[in-house]
Amino acid sequence: MSIPLFLVLAALTVASALTVIIHRNPIYSALGLVSTLFLLAVLFLGLDAQMVAVLQIIVYAGAIVVLFLFVIMLLNLQVEERSSAAPPLIGAAALGGLAMGGLVILAIVRTQFGAPVPVHAGFGGTEALAERLFTVYLLPFELTSLLLLVAIVGAVVVGRKRA
Amino acid sequence: MTVGATPTSWYLALSAILFAIGTVGVLTRRNLIVIFMAVELLLNAVNLSFVALARSLGSMDGQVIVFFVMAVAAAEAAVGLAIMLQLYRIRDTINADEVTVLRW
Amino acid sequence: MGIEVAIACAKAVVMLLIALQVMAMGVYFERKVSAIIQDRIGANRAAIFGFAGQGLVNTLVADPVKFLLKEDVRPAGADRLLHTLAPVMAVVPAIAAFAVMPFGDVLEIAGRTINLQAASLDVGILYILAMASLGVYGVVLAGWASNNRWSLLGGIRGSAQMISYEIAMGLALVGIVLTYDTFDLQEMARRQGELIWGWLPAWGIVYQPLGFLILFAAGIAESKRIPFDLPESESELVSGFFTEYSGAKHLMFMMSDFVEVVLVAGLVTTLFFGGWQIPYLGREGFHFPWGSTIALPSLVVAVLQILSFSVKLVFFTWLQIVIRWTLPRFRYDQLMRLGWKGLLPASLANVVVSAALVLLVGSRA
Repeated sequence: MSIPLFLVLAALTVASALTVIIHRNPIYSALGLVSTLFLLAVLFLGLDAQMVAVLQIIVYAGAIVVLFLFVIMLLNLQVEERSSAAPPLIGAAALGGLAMGGLVILAIVRTQFGAPVPVHAGFGGTEALAERLFTVYLLPFELTSLLLLVAIVGAVVVGRKRA
Repeated sequence: MTVGATPTSWYLALSAILFAIGTVGVLTRRNLIVIFMAVELLLNAVNLSFVALARSLGSMDGQVIVFFVMAVAAAEAAVGLAIMLQLYRIRDTINADEVTVLRW
Repeated sequence: MGIEVAIACAKAVVMLLIALQVMAMGVYFERKVSAIIQDRIGANRAAIFGFAGQGLVNTLVADPVKFLLKEDVRPAGADRLLHTLAPVMAVVPAIAAFAVMPFGDVLEIAGRTINLQAASLDVGILYILAMASLGVYGVVLAGWASNNRWSLLGGIRGSAQMISYEIAMGLALVGIVLTYDTFDLQEMARRQGELIWGWLPAWGIVYQPLGFLILFAAGIAESKRIPFDLPESESELVSGFFTEYSGAKHLMFMMSDFVEVVLVAGLVTTLFFGGWQIPYLGREGFHFPWGSTIALPSLVVAVLQILSFSVKLVFFTWLQIVIRWTLPRFRYDQLMRLGWKGLLPASLANVVVSAALVLLVGSRA
């Protein structure tokens, strides 16, 4: 992905992520999250990960955040007065976040990454992902399907109206 | 897609920034659902990291891990939001400052 | 480099033109076909200098101009950004989904072989599913942003319906992917040009009849057309989730409705009826099974294929319009029951049987 395009997308992603944590209205936070996820999917496309990018849109942006929106609307959440912590705590958290981000970026800058390895044409496509998923990672795949079943049953049971 | 001109470390730096933003969100916000959304931000920052390194090392394993992270995040979102719905029905609030006591 | 960009833009423009023109035809058909079914004449009064064109001027000129010039009303207390964002999120993914629809085989011009598909993705069909998932936001936000409890009800019901039928649609697509062993729509269209037993074109309808029915029903439910239009309910809820919209935003919601009709028609055409394929027409001309051939230049073949695609699109758009004006509306619980207890098990059974057959007999790879 060319550098100017990456910089534009990165700036928009960071702006959307900041909207998620800063905005007082929870619906705008959810829309910020959709925007972040969509932009991340575009970044994935630039990284030769077509299947993961499309899955990100279908699963994350198209289903999980819709679930968030449903819950927000069902609970009729409005803008609250005390939607964030007291200012000293916000200051401390922001400082901590900056420090943590700064440390990680320092570690990244000091690491020598080689040039990206040239890959075959189907890298990141359905066949490549499926080849790994159904051979080496078969056990996690089956366990994930079990996990999803448990999650569905759990969500239905926990969310029931108690008589 | 041709080999990108953006260095891998830039993608990882973006991932670190998103992770930091997510952490600040978890620590600062009081609305449980917004806290949950910040957690999703954390997961996605890590996804970006995995995909960038998968491309850099030429291995599909990174993308498989992203696949599993997405599935687990979906399961977690479903159950977490069900818990929040139930919490709202019982306590009539989902402000983290007001649901600090375990007894009803 | 520049010429590549120009070709890509040209392909995108051609696909957009095909989609939007068939949509405009769909709007006109809606008026006229409904009139014929209900034994009346339909809208034909608006005229320019006496030329009324059998209702063409009314539907395609007067109506859009009216919508664009109407006052844009925003209800008091409605969130301004969300109210404006909702129609955009409804219409843009629907139009964007046409990027992977192939409208012809190849065009050989000046030594270049141009693949007549706007975007050739490795994951073609999944892109359409992704755009369908994004379309849910338009409905949910429209219902919420209208500050009107019945719009909210219509919005939540509409989005719940869309999510439920997305699943059945996705599983119906799995059957067709198993049959043709590819996700790319252009490859699927190409493989439907092969002949079974020497004379029968290997169209998707031959291999997946149940898949066709499920996809068609799920597609109509996804675009909230009658018989699945409870979120809108024209005769009952005023306009359901987009009641509080007027002017250009209302036009965008109507557009999203018709663009999704054309999208479902395009999907059904490409997957089950050969897409741009005309039976026995290859890249060099006709090759009939009884041996005779008619050689045709590449440009003529391409034009014939584009025409064939457009004709099939128009046919399935017309079919959806006829279904709309024939069937009564489902009640909401009947709708959800059909989606979860009817189409979902049927599509799962379809996947199992298709997989077994592909294992035993082999796919059309």
